Amino acid sequence: MPTATIHDAEVHVDAEGFMTEYDEWDKTLAHDLAAAIGVELTPRHWTAIDFLRKDYVDENETPTLRRVAAGTGISIKQLFELFPVKPAKKMAYIAGLPKPRGCV
Amino acid sequence: MKRLVILGAGTAGTIVANRLRRRLSPGDWRVVVVDHDTTHLYQPGLLFVPFGAGNPDELVRPRRQSLAAGVEFVDGEIDRVDPAVHTVALADGRTIGYDFLVIASGTQPRPDQTPGMLGVEWRRSIHDFYTLDGATALRQALARFAGNGGRLVVHIVDMPIKCPVAPLEFAFLADAHLRALGVRDSVDITFVTPLSGAFTKPVAAARLAYLLDVREIKLETDFLVEHIDDETRELVSYDERRIPFDLLVTVPLNMGAQFVARSGLGDELNFVPVDRHTLRAKAYDDIYAIGDAADLPTSKAGSVAHFAAEVFVENFVRLARGEPMTAEFDGHANCFVETGEGKALLIDFNYETEPLPGEYPLPGVGPLRLLRPTRLNHWGKLAFSWLYWNVLLPGRPLPLPAAMTMAGKHRPEEE
Repeated sequence: MPTATIHDAEVHVDAEGFMTEYDEWDKTLAHDLAAAIGVELTPRHWTAIDFLRKDYVDENETPTLRRVAAGTGISIKQLFELFPVKPAKKMAYIAGLPKPRGCV
Repeated sequence: MKRLVILGAGTAGTIVANRLRRRLSPGDWRVVVVDHDTTHLYQPGLLFVPFGAGNPDELVRPRRQSLAAGVEFVDGEIDRVDPAVHTVALADGRTIGYDFLVIASGTQPRPDQTPGMLGVEWRRSIHDFYTLDGATALRQALARFAGNGGRLVVHIVDMPIKCPVAPLEFAFLADAHLRALGVRDSVDITFVTPLSGAFTKPVAAARLAYLLDVREIKLETDFLVEHIDDETRELVSYDERRIPFDLLVTVPLNMGAQFVARSGLGDELNFVPVDRHTLRAKAYDDIYAIGDAADLPTSKAGSVAHFAAEVFVENFVRLARGEPMTAEFDGHANCFVETGEGKALLIDFNYETEPLPGEYPLPGVGPLRLLRPTRLNHWGKLAFSWLYWNVLLPGRPLPLPAAMTMAGKHRPEEE
């Protein structure tokens, strides 16, 4: 399993850079991860990220875009504005969660 | 006398009812099936209807005919489940008590969930093929379209959908159909998907993308539709891409039954969260969900319903004796993919293993080929209709193991 150094911390990541160890993440890292993909975190972003972190613990699965919208009240349209182009992947990346599983 | 109540008499509900009726003592158990629709539809047949193959009427049979003697059928609309008092309320006021409940109410296409889909263009230039009405209407629309030419767009609103390979099959068959009519040159075909590739899993996605490419079918990925502009006839995505169409064949958002939501048993798409190996609802020990109604991380497909039903039946027989469940469902799915010109490929996979090339069911022999279009695969798909009505639904044994096997499969780097 490859590792990456973010903000002086060595963390485990997959081939695409998604963190693979839930407990290695913290809020400082999130800012760095966000900056790496051109996102500046506002309180609205944190509402989504906090939901992803909590839902992952409950479901053991990175939530889908629709699930984040339903769980936070932030519309899919707004999620696209907060995390442009590929919101589901970007949210997972910043929240330190595995890449969302494409449904089969 | 204990009562097992099954909500929905589709593929999963019918197999479970028929198998358990044989396995549970008639003196100890009643098996009750509830459905609001008295006809059973052979859904794999819908794909061929728009291309004029077969008579749509031959795809339906009375539900009672598929249910074994001794299974009680209740014709009624389900209003809600009350898990606290173990009852199912029907819309007409009847109430059915249960000791165990199996939710097998499937998934439904919901064109109402995408703004603009059910507008003036619905069933004119916007069609679906997951319903008998839709597939039949599309037959006429496709014939008209072939006469005029233009832009054909095959589209998936969002995952998960029932039979996730069917939209690809539709695109392949449309290409072959329009070529046979000699009008392919006057038609553009685009496949539009919310996924990042032609399919979810890498090996199959690469092979299927190749099949699109050689057929000159354009692939538009990561496209999540926000609305349909029915004045300009365009799909509009959340990131403001627009895709114009003259004929749109869409797969609407799939959602579980409304009563699941009313009962507080569903997730954001009304699918029932279950343990992926036992199918037991996470929230209640006496409720199970099987087939498309469950939130399993595998395909929503008849083969999954069938394999899961076999595992569930073994477990339930133990449960009925007061013993622990020991069988575990592995997410096994097995799907024929029509590729046009009388050929099909086959994919076989589970929770852990993506679709791989090889032979099925016998290593080295087949006779069916995995991930490679052959004529025999196509005949396998057509022959399946007989097996479905006469072997699968009655719950007779099919000589295919419920668990997926790696025998006969090759990882591409090993070839």
